[in-house]
Amino acid sequence: MKLTGAQALIKSLEMESVEVIFGLPGGAILPAYDPLLDSPIRHILVRHEQGAGHMAEGYAHVTGRPGVAMVTSGPAATNMVTPLCDAYMDSVPMVAITGQVSRPAIGTDGFQECDTVGITRSVTKHNELVMDAADIPLLVRQAFRLATTGRPGPVLLDLPKDVLQAEADWAWPTDGEVTASLPGYRPTTKGHPRMIKEAARLISGARRPVIYAGGGILKSRAAEALRQLAERTGTPVVTTLTARGAFPDDHPLGLGMPGMHGNYTAITAMQQADLLIALGARFDDRVTGRVSSFAPEAKIVHVDIDPAELGKIRRPDVPIVGDCRLVISEIVRALAGMEQVDRSEWRSRISGWQERFPLHYDPPDPGGPLKPQYVMEVLRDSAPEGTVLVSGVGQHQMWASQYWRFTEPYTWVSSGGLGTMGFSVPAAIGAKVGRPDRTVWAVDGDGCFQMTAQELVTASSERIPVKVAILNNAYLGMVRQWQEMFYEERYSEVYLSPDLPDYVKWAEAMGCVAFRVEDPDEVQPIIEKANAIDDRPVVIDFRTDAQEKVFPMVPAGYSNDDVVVHPSQKPGGEKVVQ
Amino acid sequence: MPTSPTHQTLSVLVENRSGVLARISGMFARRGFNIISLAVAPSDDERFSRINIVIDVEETSVEQITKQLFKLVHVVKITELHPSEAVERELLMATVAAGADERGRVIEVVGIFEGKIVDVGSAQLTVMLAGEPDRLDDFEDLMRPYGIVELQRTGRVALPKLDRQAAPRLRATGKAS
Repeated sequence: MKLTGAQALIKSLEMESVEVIFGLPGGAILPAYDPLLDSPIRHILVRHEQGAGHMAEGYAHVTGRPGVAMVTSGPAATNMVTPLCDAYMDSVPMVAITGQVSRPAIGTDGFQECDTVGITRSVTKHNELVMDAADIPLLVRQAFRLATTGRPGPVLLDLPKDVLQAEADWAWPTDGEVTASLPGYRPTTKGHPRMIKEAARLISGARRPVIYAGGGILKSRAAEALRQLAERTGTPVVTTLTARGAFPDDHPLGLGMPGMHGNYTAITAMQQADLLIALGARFDDRVTGRVSSFAPEAKIVHVDIDPAELGKIRRPDVPIVGDCRLVISEIVRALAGMEQVDRSEWRSRISGWQERFPLHYDPPDPGGPLKPQYVMEVLRDSAPEGTVLVSGVGQHQMWASQYWRFTEPYTWVSSGGLGTMGFSVPAAIGAKVGRPDRTVWAVDGDGCFQMTAQELVTASSERIPVKVAILNNAYLGMVRQWQEMFYEERYSEVYLSPDLPDYVKWAEAMGCVAFRVEDPDEVQPIIEKANAIDDRPVVIDFRTDAQEKVFPMVPAGYSNDDVVVHPSQKPGGEKVVQ
Repeated sequence: MPTSPTHQTLSVLVENRSGVLARISGMFARRGFNIISLAVAPSDDERFSRINIVIDVEETSVEQITKQLFKLVHVVKITELHPSEAVERELLMATVAAGADERGRVIEVVGIFEGKIVDVGSAQLTVMLAGEPDRLDDFEDLMRPYGIVELQRTGRVALPKLDRQAAPRLRATGKAS
């Protein structure tokens, strides 16, 4: 059977069980949009290519399946660079398809030509320029294999227009043929038995162990295995920003988020641990603070499917390359019959910190501005069961992660490694497409919202009823916080204005229902109204207190011993030193 | 060129695909790893090429460089060759100013180093020398006073030292391991 490259592309995506493509057509990719008309694959027409990429990420975050974005060449491909980098940093499975100028025009600076594979080489797990229509089925299969196995990540295929138009024999490669075509790709999934035994030995002998759970727990679908390990050994668990939901916040062993804006207990438990069990985590600077003084007494068991993460930042005592779910299950098995030391002293020390340093913010003055943390608390308490929470990047992201109570994996979508402002609106749309049965709330900052808000037009026209809570403090709040704390309150280019743009009118113009909330008493009823709307997107403009800062905080480059807690928890707000 | 064990050679087998060298050099650049020299050639199997990369191991660990290289899908196999466990050679060609007065002395040095004269001009000689990299350094130093007009070196190629008694301490890591 002969197919055009375009037909082979769409058929290959169907064979890979793709149910939705986020995209925007243009000159070079035009041929691929014709067979799409006859395909059962749903296409969601975005308003900016960056939106397509973040939607694919949001979809992948909640479903665990690769998100697919398809755009044209040149500027469309460059607009895809940010989502690709975001997905690369957070190991999100994603397949991006870009059009390219026809083969004879490559290298001639043709119209809408850019060196897409060159530009995206360092922000993708792999990419390929497809030079022969006959290669399309194999390269699509490779792309999905690479995106979803080993350490997941984005893969890009760049398709010249004449390759899409050329005819070739259709043949769908077998699993074996895909494997044979990737001789340099053999991810290790099973941990080394001797290392697993050694890890179990360290875990049973540790007096002050902490499980440091990273995003890899979610990627390997290891939340249940993690829970078994924690409960079997009575080991407390911190969940990093990318692992929120991997372990229930309401579990007695759940310590919540560590790191720069983590809670005091999570930070300090890691600092004073004698054993850190790092599972699918990568010792990111936002978690470790100054590396040389991070968890100085801790031995390290480090499990990761990417061998390069082991020893990249901190040398592990027990390195284990493998899939987290498989390795954790093996560790739990190896623990059977091992004596465990008494940890009651450690647990009481931890609960002492929890009592003394809970998350805290000052209640609002009567008639004073709305507290963003209060909005988060009401949003959390009013959220229907199973709500998916999505955030942008900045203060609102930290409040969202701090104040939400995550009880289920895959209910948190955020941009961790890259810290992409503008992530939340498109990512929420992708998440809602992936889980239409769930309520999806995007918590956004006013600065973030202005970067990608136009995708609400996509949401309205495609009837994707996401909800957006803008914590509008009229500032680039996190930058403002740093300028207040570290630049002597010299505020430079951080003021945005609360009502320019008019968020309510803007949202309404984009087909959303919109509300404005200034009074604390209105927070609850308006959120309930928003929760009741399920036929179109909703936007709430919460006018929040611009003075509010995110606490606790470990200033950049400082040791985690120097965590700054809320001023009211320590007179004068000086640092707490143990 | 430094010849102390601050360097190490990685012999990298890669799929013979367009862009593979850019992937490797891009990864080195992005992660701040240093390449001292690089030699690329087809291997005995046309599907693969062999890249000999001499890396600076003072700043970054060989382990981290090797692991990051492995993450490139087109990298199939990496063999680490520690200088003490490898036979290393490099090729040098140089055009040297050698007028009537100096010509004899230049030819003499080339002879001592067992090099070759590969081209002769009225006032210049082009000479060639293959050998261990530090021997090439010495030769270069000795030629310099005469005036080196142009010089090219290939970067080193290396193979593991052969087994004489016990097995050589060669660490070859395939991805399947």
